[in-house]
Amino acid sequence: MRKIVLMGNPNVGKSVVFSRLTGVKVIVANYPGTTVDFYKGKMRLDNEAVEIIDAPGTYSLEPSNKAEEIALKILNQADLVINVVDATNLERNLLLTLELLENKKPVVVALNIWDETKHLGININVKKLEELLKVPIITTTALTGEGIKKLVSRLIEAKSPEEIKPKSEEKRWIEIGYITKEVQKITHRHHTIKDRISEATIQPITGIPIAIVVIFVSFWIVRFIGENLIGYIFEPLFELYRDVAMSISDWLGPGFFHDIFIGKLIKGNIDYVQSMGILTTGLFVPFGMVLPYIIAFYFFLAILEDSGYLPRLMTLTDNVFHKLGMHGYGIVPVFLGLGCNVPGALATRTLETRKQRFISATLMAISVPCMAQIAMIFGILGHYNFVYILLIFTTLIIIYVFAGLILNRYLKGESPEIFLEIPPYRRPSIITILKKTWMRVRWFLTEAIPFLFLGVLLVNILYAIGFLEWLGNVFDPVTEGWLGLPKESTTALLIGFLRKDLAIGMLLPLGMTPMQLVISVTILTIYFPCVATFAVLVKELGIKDMIKSTGLMIATALIVGGLMRLILIGT
Amino acid sequence: METSITTIKEGKKVTIIRLIGGYGFQRRLRNMGIREGKVIKVVTRHPFGGPLVVSVDDRNTTIGRGMAERIIVEELI
Repeated sequence: MRKIVLMGNPNVGKSVVFSRLTGVKVIVANYPGTTVDFYKGKMRLDNEAVEIIDAPGTYSLEPSNKAEEIALKILNQADLVINVVDATNLERNLLLTLELLENKKPVVVALNIWDETKHLGININVKKLEELLKVPIITTTALTGEGIKKLVSRLIEAKSPEEIKPKSEEKRWIEIGYITKEVQKITHRHHTIKDRISEATIQPITGIPIAIVVIFVSFWIVRFIGENLIGYIFEPLFELYRDVAMSISDWLGPGFFHDIFIGKLIKGNIDYVQSMGILTTGLFVPFGMVLPYIIAFYFFLAILEDSGYLPRLMTLTDNVFHKLGMHGYGIVPVFLGLGCNVPGALATRTLETRKQRFISATLMAISVPCMAQIAMIFGILGHYNFVYILLIFTTLIIIYVFAGLILNRYLKGESPEIFLEIPPYRRPSIITILKKTWMRVRWFLTEAIPFLFLGVLLVNILYAIGFLEWLGNVFDPVTEGWLGLPKESTTALLIGFLRKDLAIGMLLPLGMTPMQLVISVTILTIYFPCVATFAVLVKELGIKDMIKSTGLMIATALIVGGLMRLILIGT
Repeated sequence: METSITTIKEGKKVTIIRLIGGYGFQRRLRNMGIREGKVIKVVTRHPFGGPLVVSVDDRNTTIGRGMAERIIVEELI
């Protein structure tokens, strides 16, 4: 199958062009042996199916980081290249364009974000540019879809200019200067509201309060959407399903299979959280409690990403993260980790050095709970008092900062500084956002549910053979003696290795006080990542560093757990 | 007068004279539009040794203080 590759700088609306070209069947791909994501899809071109690949954004073909290396490798497989160029930032974008033209692959240029040039007083002579570059140039506004059809119809005209002049970097800049002067006229423009908002969000005095508001509002909206999805859609559905589950329960009758599939009946009825059967708790935890929040979270994250707010947040938090040995990019693994620790662990790749990646990955594994966990925390502690939830998060934030300061002080290695382009604010494209949300939700479903079923199955089997009771006794000195928790909670803490959301559900029937719940939930977050995250971290950090990291997690869990017991319970 | 961009007042426009650093460093900066001869503006300077936000061709870039110190500029005449 022929391959069309989309190449362009970061933040030029490349993924929006991609969404416009491809259908719904889009997959996230990983370049073999790496963890840099890129998107793949298909489209029909003259009755022939062709593959479209959205390469990671790159400023040049001389790579300066992992993502750019991958972009170059993807380019080498291309049969045709669509170079997406930001029309509002022509000069800078032309470096990649010139390099692509020197690369001898047929090229078509999509001059994207075309609609904005008028507002910005930028006038580009497209015909002249076409003459100078000697390849087809199509103006597009991917956000509205304008120009996309024309882009597709002109793909056959793609060519590589016959006269190829390999150039030095200096000569390229000289040529770029010449081209820009010939084709572009900029009339003076006034500061717009958008500019003012942009400045307010990167100035520390105004930006930090705005960031705090944005984060709180985001969480409030995620909770609002999540709760309403549960209350009006998922819970009513599970109430309808109760009759089905009960008739399966009757049909199975008491015994081993009943324990596995339905679990224990509580007061003669199914309790979706406590019954612990594959068809009851195994379905209810992922779909009835966690999925609604996952949908809400990823929807909102996509909006934050595509509007261009994240780079501003990175700038504002850079100072703090730099003190912890990272830099502003460090907020990305935290944010993604709040959705699911696995993408969070993968996102540590955006940091440059081993030291930074180690700190970022370890701190995330220790003190960033995933949305599945957060949803369960809200589900279980929500009806006591909001203070308990606040207590958990405050503790986790304090640990993040303290552990970061210590690691930065004692770890060898370099902590390079932030260097980041801040794109203008853009209206996010609804199709791109929905596609992104859907892909991430689908990923959660396929990854999480098998582990949940496995977890439920394992709990039942281990319980049946008496292993869990034995283990509870072995760890009793730690759980009861040191942490002040009932010894049955050991089981939950161990199951946390498989699924943390399931583990929190298992704490419920133990009849603990709210303070004990606070402690056990915090410990559950700190002591170890779930198995999926663990596997990714081993790959990312290597075995040796992962052993170190694991040691830190367990030590932190024990120290913090003991301290919390002293402070919160007092005995 | 030649000086590092970290000493320039917020909101002021100056010209880039030279970048001090290795090939990789210079290239990274040039790729993002920060190159010799360009007019650059300091948008904001984060306190306590935090990063600078600079603007070239109306595009903002965040840059760590240490890196910014190696951008040598001259005031516009």
